[in-house]
Amino acid sequence: MLLEASGLTKRFGGVVALSSVDLSVAEGQVFGLIGPNGAGKTTLINVISGHFRADAGAIRFAGADVTALRPDQLARRGIARTFQSIRLFKGLTVLENVLVGGFVRGSPPARARALLEQFGLGGRADAFAGELAYGDQRRLEIARALAAEPRLLILDEPAAGMNPTESAALRDLLRTLAAEGITIVLIEHDVRLVMGASERVAVLSFGRKIAEGTPAEIQADPVVREAYLGTADA
Amino acid sequence: MADQIYNAIFIGSIYALFALGFTLVFSVLDILNLAHPALFTLGAFTALFAMQQGVPAALAVVVAFVVCGIAGVALDRVAFAPLRARGAPPLSAMISSIGVALIITRLIQFAYGPDFQSYPAGSLPAAVYSLAGVELDTLRSVIIACAIGLMLALTYLVRRTRLGRELRALAENPRAARLLGIDVDRAIAATFFLSAGLGGVAGVLYGFATNSPFSQMGLAFELKAFAVMIVGGMGSIPGAVLGAYLLAFGEIASLAVLPSELRDAFAYGLLFIVLLVRPAGVLGRRPPDRV
Amino acid sequence: MDDIGAFLVAYQTTIGTIGINALLALSVWLTLYTGQLTLGNAAFAGIAAYSSALLTLKAGLPFPLALAAGAMLAAAVSVPLGATVFRLRGVYLAIATLAFGEVVRVAILAIPITGRGQGLVGIPPKTELWHVFASLVVIAYVCARLRSSSVGRAWAAIREDEVAAASQGIPVRRYQLVAFVLGALIAGWAGGLAAHFDYAIQPDEFGFARAVQILVFAVVGGIPNVFGPILGALLFTALPAILQPLQEYRDIFQGAILVLVIVFLPRGLVTVFELRRTARLRTMGAEDVA
Repeated sequence: MLLEASGLTKRFGGVVALSSVDLSVAEGQVFGLIGPNGAGKTTLINVISGHFRADAGAIRFAGADVTALRPDQLARRGIARTFQSIRLFKGLTVLENVLVGGFVRGSPPARARALLEQFGLGGRADAFAGELAYGDQRRLEIARALAAEPRLLILDEPAAGMNPTESAALRDLLRTLAAEGITIVLIEHDVRLVMGASERVAVLSFGRKIAEGTPAEIQADPVVREAYLGTADA
Repeated sequence: MADQIYNAIFIGSIYALFALGFTLVFSVLDILNLAHPALFTLGAFTALFAMQQGVPAALAVVVAFVVCGIAGVALDRVAFAPLRARGAPPLSAMISSIGVALIITRLIQFAYGPDFQSYPAGSLPAAVYSLAGVELDTLRSVIIACAIGLMLALTYLVRRTRLGRELRALAENPRAARLLGIDVDRAIAATFFLSAGLGGVAGVLYGFATNSPFSQMGLAFELKAFAVMIVGGMGSIPGAVLGAYLLAFGEIASLAVLPSELRDAFAYGLLFIVLLVRPAGVLGRRPPDRV
Repeated sequence: MDDIGAFLVAYQTTIGTIGINALLALSVWLTLYTGQLTLGNAAFAGIAAYSSALLTLKAGLPFPLALAAGAMLAAAVSVPLGATVFRLRGVYLAIATLAFGEVVRVAILAIPITGRGQGLVGIPPKTELWHVFASLVVIAYVCARLRSSSVGRAWAAIREDEVAAASQGIPVRRYQLVAFVLGALIAGWAGGLAAHFDYAIQPDEFGFARAVQILVFAVVGGIPNVFGPILGALLFTALPAILQPLQEYRDIFQGAILVLVIVFLPRGLVTVFELRRTARLRTMGAEDVA
């Protein structure tokens, strides 16, 4: 297991956002995380990536206890992520964004340019990140995350706002990355994308994990269906 | 001892009036209006001008309130509104307000020079009276009453009137406020009118008490106001009042222990400690640390 | 050549002050570049000014050593200060550093050896114009190199989005602290130079008004590159000298320039040379200072 989170609990004031959540992701796996809005998916990711401190529970990465580490320390250990609301460095150029992404590797320019080419952004290297079209920004964020050559890549709703062509391209990208051996945790609302790309899926609802299994098992699970139908989900 | 307490109440009232103006703008718009001290000074001098024309002191206070209020609205139109329109960060507004402060202060200096002035002889009450065996002066008692009255009026306005509700909505969530149909521009104008008006009145009242208004009088108060707001809680109106009296009493008390040169150190020392221990201040709600 | 010599002598004080102000503006620029609004650099300059002056005056230390000692003292003080206040954000950070500045000013007023309110007089006037400008060239160069290095890129990333920067592996607090301490070091060096330029120093020279003034130099001049703060210092220091006949209206001009620049050229005067870039940033809604 590359990533082992056990018993993660997080409270905000009186609200329990996460309640004793366990998550185990094997190396090289593509792991999907789904659930209705407000289920705690992003909170879980924020705890795993060090932005929030868990009130209870532990996280192990590559065999070491990383529970109390800061985001930059986790990045150095090989965890990279994208954000639900796209957090690019808007005032920096496309190239500079990817260079910063490679910070833990010394920002080698060659790798940055290669990534830009791979993501079809080579021609816009000197544009400001904020000038890019929405879809390009999403791809840039992923390119930036990859610049660090991470062992674990966490994607928080990478397909949000994408049209079917774009999300199909994203699915292909995920398969390519998985083939390269990168472990991926994927939060998504786009059911086809998640089920099509993931080997294993966990379902969160109201801060608890209510189901885990293969995509087929999850799609057949009545508990999952109830969780989704209980709230009017998109 | 009773004398000290009286003095502390007086100074606390002025601090409170001054800080209220600062806090009002900060809580509604998230900006630190560094032209506020200049409006404080403007109030004192507007009253001086009026009284030199024969206007009685009480009326002069009202005149100062209105004139400063209007100046505040104008200040917003010129220095802040264009920045808001493009979503500029608070730092820009701060710098802009510094520019306006320079201009206002200089204009006052043109009219009256940099030295201490005084209000026309006989225009201010000079009587003293006894209360529980202590001799108090009418002037400062009236000032204290005036200040407290204004604080109560402001609290009533914020809690019980429609304008107050609009201001609180704006403070919580500007976008939602607009969506709810609140006339945001009008509410902001009202905020500045009140803020500047109160600041101006604080200036007049302080000017009356010391009878020596001068063009740089706002500066010392500016720094104390920061301490007041931080201790009481930024963006909180009752916090500003609480912080003001806490600071005033603390300063007076510390005079017993510290030499007078270090009196100011009390304010800044307290400020520092509060920032480190509980940045939200006693009554503040806004979390100053973003995740 | 003679004319230049005469010019230099006549305006020596102003020119020297421009250089010193440029150094101070650069020191503030460093922290602004990382997105921190700190108002403590005038106090750092003050700490170094007094300590270096006392070292030459009372301990007879050679000028360069005193300068270095003063600057390092300022930097040393900035370390615990930065470590404690950087958890604060925006306005709170500004106020905290301001409070620090006031504590320093009050301390100077209280300690007898500093001459208290009267100030410190009789300081050997060791600072030559070339000291100031050599320092400026070296420090500006170092800052420019840092800015275009991966350190500068990390600082810019922190300014844009701290959370995202941390996710890329940048130790945010440490990098902010480095900028802060470096800024204190530069401000301290400038303070030492200033102390030995004027024969005498006063606590008020390093208070709130000065801190605000330095901030204005940097912000009005512009943050994008090192020329901004230098330009800002030049403009606001030279202006009063140039406008000698209009001395009375100096504050009005300065105030007006402040408002106009912030409203129309938000990233500072130096962006006059890159208007197209600013226009592109405007379409992104990212045209402001920090």
